[in-house]
Amino acid sequence: MEALIRWLVDTFPPLSEALARLIVYVLYSGVLAFVAPVLIVVAYTYMERKVLARIQDRVGPNRAGPLGVLQGFADAVKMLTKEDVTPACADRVVFNLAPVLATVAAILVFAVLPVAPGVIGADLQAGVLYVVAIGALGEVAALMAGWSSDNKFALLGAFRAVAQLIAYEIPIVLAILAVVLAAGSMQLGAIVAAQDIPFALVLPVAFLVLLVASIAEIGRSPFDLLEAESEIVAGYHVEYSGMKFAFFFIGEYMHLFASAGVITTLFLGGWRGPLASSDSLLGVLLGFIYFVVKTTAVIWIMMWVRGTLFRIRIDHLLDFAWKFLVPLGLILVVAVAVALKLPAVNSPALRWIALLGANVIAALLMMIVISLLARRSRSAALRAVAGAD
Amino acid sequence: MSSEFAFVGILAVFATLLPVAGLAVAWLVRPKKPNPIKQSTYECGIETRGEAWVQFRACYYVFALLFVVFDVEAAFLLPWAVAYNQLALYAVVEAVIFVAILALALVYAWRKDALRWT
Repeated sequence: MEALIRWLVDTFPPLSEALARLIVYVLYSGVLAFVAPVLIVVAYTYMERKVLARIQDRVGPNRAGPLGVLQGFADAVKMLTKEDVTPACADRVVFNLAPVLATVAAILVFAVLPVAPGVIGADLQAGVLYVVAIGALGEVAALMAGWSSDNKFALLGAFRAVAQLIAYEIPIVLAILAVVLAAGSMQLGAIVAAQDIPFALVLPVAFLVLLVASIAEIGRSPFDLLEAESEIVAGYHVEYSGMKFAFFFIGEYMHLFASAGVITTLFLGGWRGPLASSDSLLGVLLGFIYFVVKTTAVIWIMMWVRGTLFRIRIDHLLDFAWKFLVPLGLILVVAVAVALKLPAVNSPALRWIALLGANVIAALLMMIVISLLARRSRSAALRAVAGAD
Repeated sequence: MSSEFAFVGILAVFATLLPVAGLAVAWLVRPKKPNPIKQSTYECGIETRGEAWVQFRACYYVFALLFVVFDVEAAFLLPWAVAYNQLALYAVVEAVIFVAILALALVYAWRKDALRWT
């Protein structure tokens, strides 16, 4: 980005630096806000359908275009021409704002994602905090939709959504905290630069916590209680139809890609890979390809999980967050902090080993605690049964 | 610094334009034939009784309170994590005590059965 701004200033002398910067910003935001959503939604809905079809031993979409690749566009046209039904008692302003907010929140995350070497919209100093904060806006959209629909299913879905999303927000923050400790910065660009070894290898526990919590955060199966179709029809967006529904859908897939992108950036080295550098156009392009491939791999894991696991109950879901992921995250943060301050840790290699050791210790500790607790509650349950006899 | 937030601002405007434009186009091309049955609340075909804003269980509120505790904690710990490499050993001890107090809060809530979904 900076290189492009400099090139613009050098090639077109009347252009001032501020104006060149403005032009580049407008172009890049245009790409992020208009081109990226279309490409991402079309590509990943197609991928999701094909992957799920493969898992379920079906063919998947195969009518629109060769191998059904145009299915996404066919859906878009269909959504566009569908009649829009708004419930008579709905709070119309909030009802109409909710899908807009859902889409905007998902797109805004892309502002801080380093998608290629040197290509990052805004390398904010509090980058990861921004990601978490903007992610929370999506929750507000879900609550707005459920609240304004005047529908009990929708309201129940919205409540579930908020309970679930706030529960899994904390493990996300704690996992990110471990990364920030290891990288020493909240800037996503600096975090990528710090990953001489991808953090997934040295902080595997934090990686898994973030992966699981992200799946819950974007409300995908097995954590799709907020739109559990067998219980509450479609959850918070049950009253939405036509284009408004489509924007929830777009927001969901943008959020999916953004979350996978954040995981890639924080744990898989982002755009880093052989020959990727900001020196040449080829290097930048290569970095972008690495980023997309890694992100797609993360998304593929999420789809795989969706195709394999069944939906879990709400009490199990909240227990899993509060009684497993949150304590694990707390232990992990303390372990990582202590490991980094050990007097023996004085070389980069030792640092990586210390981080890995902290992760293993945190995981083992949590396993021991949880198995003791589980044994106790099991024996208490057995005693209760015996007492009843 | 300010130019970075300028980018976020520009992106926010563009990102709002996308759904607004999409909804406007849909408004132009879609059919509009509302009728009272269509606009009634959807509850799988059964007639609705009362309004939707009924009382819900209080569990949600307890979880929201707990969330506030830990989210504020996170906001405090992030700057600490950034400055971690420059900090002396006492900062580690301090942070561990801070996390321990919050862990205690979690244990307390757990023992009080606030984490049980009833």
